[in-house]
Amino acid sequence: MIERIVLAMAGKRSPWGKPGGDKGAGGQGDGGDAPSSGENPPKGPRNPWLPGGGSEERRRSANIEDIFKHRGPEGPRRSGGPRGPNFRLPERPGGGSWLPIILGVLAVAWLGFTSVHFIQPREQGIVTWLGSKYSHTLNPGTNFTFPWPIQSVSVENVSEIRLENIGGSGENLILTGDQNLVDLSYLIRWNIKDLVQYSFELADPVETLREVAEAAMRASVAETDLDRVLSGAGREQVETRVRTRMQAILDAYGAGIAVQGVEIARTEAPQQVIEAFNDVLAARQDAERNLNDARRYEQQLLAQAQGSAAEFNEIYEQYRLAPEVTRRRLYYETMESVLSNTDKTIVEADGVTPYLPLPELRRRAAQQAARDD
Amino acid sequence: METVWQNHRLTILALVALILVAASSIVIVPETHQAVKIRTGEPVSVINRFDPDRPYGQTGAGLWYRVPLVERIQYVDRRIMDLDMEGETVLSNDQQRLEVNAYARFRIFDPVLFVERAGSEEQLRNQLEPILTSVLRQELGRRTFASLLTPERGNAMSNIREALDRQARQYGAQVLDVRIKRADLPQGTPLQAAFTRMQSDRQEEAETIRARGRRDAQIIRAEAEAAAARIYAEAFNKDPDFYDFYRAMQSYRQTFQTGSGSSSIILDEGNAYLRQFRNGGSR
Repeated sequence: MIERIVLAMAGKRSPWGKPGGDKGAGGQGDGGDAPSSGENPPKGPRNPWLPGGGSEERRRSANIEDIFKHRGPEGPRRSGGPRGPNFRLPERPGGGSWLPIILGVLAVAWLGFTSVHFIQPREQGIVTWLGSKYSHTLNPGTNFTFPWPIQSVSVENVSEIRLENIGGSGENLILTGDQNLVDLSYLIRWNIKDLVQYSFELADPVETLREVAEAAMRASVAETDLDRVLSGAGREQVETRVRTRMQAILDAYGAGIAVQGVEIARTEAPQQVIEAFNDVLAARQDAERNLNDARRYEQQLLAQAQGSAAEFNEIYEQYRLAPEVTRRRLYYETMESVLSNTDKTIVEADGVTPYLPLPELRRRAAQQAARDD
Repeated sequence: METVWQNHRLTILALVALILVAASSIVIVPETHQAVKIRTGEPVSVINRFDPDRPYGQTGAGLWYRVPLVERIQYVDRRIMDLDMEGETVLSNDQQRLEVNAYARFRIFDPVLFVERAGSEEQLRNQLEPILTSVLRQELGRRTFASLLTPERGNAMSNIREALDRQARQYGAQVLDVRIKRADLPQGTPLQAAFTRMQSDRQEEAETIRARGRRDAQIIRAEAEAAAARIYAEAFNKDPDFYDFYRAMQSYRQTFQTGSGSSSIILDEGNAYLRQFRNGGSR
């Protein structure tokens, strides 16, 4: 890379270096400039004729640039060869210095970068004199100030909602109104309400916000019972109270902070007693299950009663139309189906002692049971 | 270069000297700080003194000067600063311990007094911290444990603030606010006792819920039976005699036919079922 730059410079040098090259060495330059003769051809022969260069110097006004021009590139090139460090600005056509142009560009850049400010929507900037005395606030759009360090600008995003998480890592136990403990973590959403106050009023606004949040949260939870904190309704109330409290305290400090919202992220019973809390939930389930069982039994019972009553009513309607016949029919039908399935012994004649074959009955019962199994 | 130096030697020297003098005599006071000008050890004036009535931009912040070597500038923070008290154990009226973290917010409003008596913010904090602790202990120690948790604490806090403020004013600082950040039960026995109590509370609640569930279930069953009885009675009461007969028929079927176990029935000649059998067709 360095080599390439060197060659490029050397190539460019010959058209620009015309006064020197033509004057100093006619034939020598011819031979020296030939690219085939070596990597570094013009330098070697030209050097001893530095006095010739001196005459050239006399023609021009003495100039810092000239000193550097001869000293810079040629010194290292002689000792270090073509690979030596060799950076050098190209000369301007008129032979003048680049320095004023560089300075000019820098000055314009400085002016441009430090005195024109594009403030984005949602942002504001604070302008201070010499970084100390407040001057004014920049609103979104293009703004002009004096260049730095006369005026300096610090830009903040004022509408951005920032989040502050408290109690997020590990257990954060808070005492409730009924002297129980609850594990709570919450988020504070806030933004900058007044950039001037925010910048100048508090030594550490974010730390202040955190401490105020903690104080407000603990005060609000201490007003609330554990069950209400754990349940949804109480949580909402706590959130509102914390927000109101925080805003009041921060306004009293003149913090320039608006609390947009407080969200309770986690409310849990402490780890040590969580089993007992879970047992309460289990008890609720148990109770519910008991009730369900009872309701099921109720439905069965009522359905059965209604069914039986309906059946009886139907029969009874018919029975009323022909009581005697119906009664007889029912009796015979029942007896028929009952007696057809059972063993019957009919004892009619007097003097016959009915013998009940109990052992045989038992055996048959046993057989029946075996078959059923 | 040499020629520049030779031609303008005096100018350059003068410029350097001017810059040195300027650097040692110009004072830039930011909005966030007050500055006390101390002339040979004696505070003579205050730059950018805190004044709530003056909006930013009209304060004394900005460029000021001092006489080099003779005058010295000490910066004093103008903002609201915090003073933290971590983990102090406070004994309440009823001998319960509570671990309290508190903070105070203060502002230095008299920088001269502050420079003379406190010196630096760090030293002021060191002075105020033990005062805050003792005032807090005193004030909270007068209250019961339960009232420490309630908003009634607000009263205590304003007392504490006033007491601390009285002390702080001697150092040129004003205490704006004192708040309890956290009030916790100390580790060990008190915390464990609270957990045990919570646990037994919950056990009681769980048992109550279960018992209530059983009770309600029982009530539902009883009501169901009563309702069923009413439905039966309404229907059967139309003709108790027929019900007796009808139910007997159902019962026979149930017992002898569909019931388990085999049955043997012995009928004697007087049985009503055999009436026709016996009579031989005559009435």
